[in-house]
Amino acid sequence: MAAPKIEVKYTQFTLPNGLRVILHEDHSVPMVSVNMWYHVGSARERTGRTGFAHLFEHLMFMGSGHVQPGQFDEWLETAGGDNNGSTENDRTNYWINVPSNSLELALFLESDRMGYLLDTMTPKTVDAQRDVVKNERRQSYENRPYGQADITLGELLYPEGHPYHWPVIGYMPDLTAASYDDVVTFFKTYYAPGNASLVVAGDIETETARTLVERWFGDVKPGAPVEPMTMPGVALAGVQKKTVTDKVQLPRLSLAWLTPSHLAPADAALDIVADMLAGGKNSRLYKRLVYDMQIAQSVSAGQNSQALSSYFLIEATPRPGHTVEELQKVIDEEITRLQNDAPSQHEMERSFNQVEASFYNRMERVGGFGGKADQLNAYYTQTGDPDWFNEDLGRYRPLSATDVQAAAAQYLPLGRRVELVVMPEGSK
Amino acid sequence: MMTRRFVLATALAGLTAVLSAQQAPDRTHPPQPGPPPALTLPTIQKRQLSNGLPVWMVEMHKVPVVQVNLLVFSGTADDPAGKFGVASLTTAMLEEGAGARSALEIADAVDFLGADLGAGTGIDASAVRLHVPVARLAGALPIMADVALRPTFPKDELERLRRERLTNLLQARDDPPTIAALAFSRILYGPAHRYGTAMLGTGAAIAAFTPDDLRAFYAATFRPANTALLVVGDVAPDHVMPLLESSFGSWTAQTGAAAHATLPAAPEPARREIYLVDKPDAAQSQVRIGWIGVPRSTPDYFPIQVMNTILGGSFSSRLNMNLREKHGYAYGAGSGFDMRASAGPFAASAGVQTDKTAESLKEFFNELNGILQPIPPDELARAKNYVALRFPGGFETTGDISRKLEDALVYHLPDTYFSQYVQSIQAVTAADVQRVAQKYIQPGRFVVLVVGDRKKIEPGIRALNLGAIKIVTIDEVFGPAPSIPQ
Repeated sequence: MAAPKIEVKYTQFTLPNGLRVILHEDHSVPMVSVNMWYHVGSARERTGRTGFAHLFEHLMFMGSGHVQPGQFDEWLETAGGDNNGSTENDRTNYWINVPSNSLELALFLESDRMGYLLDTMTPKTVDAQRDVVKNERRQSYENRPYGQADITLGELLYPEGHPYHWPVIGYMPDLTAASYDDVVTFFKTYYAPGNASLVVAGDIETETARTLVERWFGDVKPGAPVEPMTMPGVALAGVQKKTVTDKVQLPRLSLAWLTPSHLAPADAALDIVADMLAGGKNSRLYKRLVYDMQIAQSVSAGQNSQALSSYFLIEATPRPGHTVEELQKVIDEEITRLQNDAPSQHEMERSFNQVEASFYNRMERVGGFGGKADQLNAYYTQTGDPDWFNEDLGRYRPLSATDVQAAAAQYLPLGRRVELVVMPEGSK
Repeated sequence: MMTRRFVLATALAGLTAVLSAQQAPDRTHPPQPGPPPALTLPTIQKRQLSNGLPVWMVEMHKVPVVQVNLLVFSGTADDPAGKFGVASLTTAMLEEGAGARSALEIADAVDFLGADLGAGTGIDASAVRLHVPVARLAGALPIMADVALRPTFPKDELERLRRERLTNLLQARDDPPTIAALAFSRILYGPAHRYGTAMLGTGAAIAAFTPDDLRAFYAATFRPANTALLVVGDVAPDHVMPLLESSFGSWTAQTGAAAHATLPAAPEPARREIYLVDKPDAAQSQVRIGWIGVPRSTPDYFPIQVMNTILGGSFSSRLNMNLREKHGYAYGAGSGFDMRASAGPFAASAGVQTDKTAESLKEFFNELNGILQPIPPDELARAKNYVALRFPGGFETTGDISRKLEDALVYHLPDTYFSQYVQSIQAVTAADVQRVAQKYIQPGRFVVLVVGDRKKIEPGIRALNLGAIKIVTIDEVFGPAPSIPQ
C-alpha cells in the first residue's frame, strides 16, 4: 500500500479583533461542528488556584450576556445539537455539533460567551459549578481505583512550581478558594479573541460561513496579547521512588520518564518505542509479561506529548501471586534490549502501518473530541498550519530502526525516572 | 405534526442569503434555524453469498477504509444454565488460534496490515469485526475468515484467558460503578436468570470451562443460517462480493437453525426495597434506581425515547438539571432503558457525594414522581427535536453505520425503520409520554441500590423511610473472590 496522502482543504482568515478562523467543508452528513480552542490550560494557573482553568471551562456553559442560565443547552438541544468542552495542561477546547441549518445558533452562542460571559456571571454561578467540579474530582479520581496515583505521578515527575506539577482537576482546597474575582481576571486575561482559534467544519458553504463568523464574532472586543509560555527544561536527577496505597485488589507499577515535547525531535520515535513495547500481542512487554510468563494482567506504554514537556509512561499490573518487582525486572530487561539492539525491520514496518491506518481512521468524523475540526485546531495551535496531517504522518516513515533504538537509549534511562507503586491497603 | 420550531424555520427561510458581515448581530433572540437539511440516508444494498449468507452493504467513499462485520445472532443470553460466560469466552478464543495460525501469528498479521480485528460478544449477538484501510482488505479478509470459521481453541490459550478473566472478575470488585451495575442486575433478575450475572460469567463457570465446552457452543451458534455479513465503507459491491465469496462463500458446515436459550420470566419487584453495598471510605455513593424495563421490540419504543430524554437522557434532562446543576450533588445524573431481546433494566443513576446521599435519593424520587405528570409543551418539543434532529448526524462513520445495521438485523427492525425514525419521534404526543411514564416508571415499586460508605450513609437513608433496607455483600454480588490458578 502506498503511504497515504491526506489532505484536508481549508480556508483561513483572521478577524480584526485577532480571532483566527479556519473553515473546512465536508458534506457527508448534514451536520456542522463549531470548534473553539483557547490557548490556555492548567499550566497558566497559580499556586493556590490549581484546577481553575477547568472550573472556568464549566462556567462557559452557564450563560452569557444574551443567554440566560440553562438556555445554552436548551437551545442547542431544541436544534438537535450537542456540545462539550475539555481542559488540558496547555489548552481548553469547546465544540458544538448542530444540524447544518442551525449553524448560526451555534455561532451566536459561541460568540456570546466569548464576548459577554461576565455580563451574567455571579458568585452563585461559580459556587454551583465548584460543587459540580468537586464531584467530578471525587468520581474521576477519589472514587476510582488507582485514581489518586494518577495525580501523584505528575507531582513526582515535575518539580514544585513547574506548571505540570499539579493535576488539571486541581486540589480540593484550591477549588474551594477559587473566587468570582479570579473568574473575572482569568476571563479578561486569557479568553480574548486573540488567544483563541475557531474552526467551523462540516456541511457549510465556505463563503456563507465566513460571512456568519465575521458577523457574530466581529463585535467581540480584542484583549491584551498573551505572552507565550516558556519554561526552562526539566530533568530528573535520579530515581524518584514512591509507594502509595489504595483500595484495590492488585498492585500497580508506573515507570515514567521526562521526554521531548510534542513535535520535538524524538517525539515520534518515542511513539514507535511505545508501540514496540506494548502495542499488541507481539509487542515486547506484552508478549513476555502477559502472554509468555503470565505474571502481569496488563501492561501499557505511551509517549504523552505536551507543549512544554512530555512524559513516557509504562504501567503494569501483576497477576495475583506476583509482584511489581518481578515485573520491573522484565521491563528493564526489555528496555535495555531495545537500547542495545535496533528493532527488526518487521517490527518497524508493523508500527508504521498502524500509524498510517490511524491517520485514515481520524478522517472519518468531523465533530466532537478528536474529529477533523478538533484536529485542524490542534495542528493550527501546535504548528501554525491547520492541514499539518501529512507533515505529522511524515515524521514516522523516515525513522530508521537505529533512530528508535537511540530514542530508547537517550530518553528512557533506568537510573533517571519515576518509579511509583500502588499497593493494596493492608498488604505488606 | 409540525412543531413551532419548524413553523418559524419556514417563515425565516432564506434569511442567511441576505446577511452581510457589516450588519451588527441581533443578540436579543437566538437565531432561528434555516430550512431543515435534506435527510439522505445511506442505501443498504442486500445480497447473498452462494451458501445463502446474507450480505448488507453500504458504500461510503469519503475515507479509504472499510468495516466488515460477521454478525452471529447468539450472545450471552444464549449461555446455557451452569455455563454463564461460555459465549463470551468462546468468542474471545476465536483470535487465539485459527486455521494454520497461532494467536501470535494472527495478531502479527493483523497488526502488520494496520487493521483492527476483534471478536466480541454482546447480550443478543456476537461478532467478528474488521476495520482496515481498503487497500489492505484483500489481505485481511482471509485472516478474518480463519478467525470466524476455523478457530482451533488451543488448550494453552484457554488456560491463559481463564486466568485473565478470573483476574478481571477480581478487579471488578474495586470499581464502584461496576459493582453497582452488577448488583442492580443481580437484585432484579436473581442468580438463575442470565441478566443477573456479569457477561463475563461466574468465577466457578470460568474456572471449569474446557475446550469442548467452547467447541460445542461454537458449533451450535456459528453457522451460516445464524449469521450475516455487513460491509460499510469505500468499496464497490461488485468488487467486494468476489472477495467475500472466496473467504466466506464455501462455509457450509453446521447448517440448520442455531440453538437459542429461552430466558425465564423475571417478575417485577412488588414493593420498593433499598439495597446497600458497603464501600468503606468511598468519596461518592453510586446510586441505581429502577426495575425491569422493556424489550427492544416494545411497541412503546418511540414514546419511551422521548420520555427518557426528558427524565434523564440529555444534559437538560430533569435528573441532570436537578442533581448536577441545581444541587451540585453529582458530576452528572441520568437514566436509561437497556433494551434487549428480553426486557432489560431501567435505571436512573448517578455518583453522588457521600454526605449528600440521602438528599440525592430524595431528589431522584422527586423527579421520578414528577415525570408522571403532564409534560409542558416546550419541554416536550425540545426532547423530540433533540432526538429527531440529530438522527441524520448518526450516519457519519463506518462504525456508526455498521452499528445501526447490526441493530436492524439483531432486533428485526423493519426496512422503513431508519427512514421513518424522525417522523416516528415527531409523532409522539404529550399523552403518549404520560402514558408510558405511568406504565414504566413506578417509583413505589423501584429497587434502590446504593454502593457507598455504609456507616456514613445508612442513617440518612433509613430516615427517608423509602422501604426495607437490605445489606448486600460484595461476595453476594460477584460470588466468592476467585482464586487464580498459577
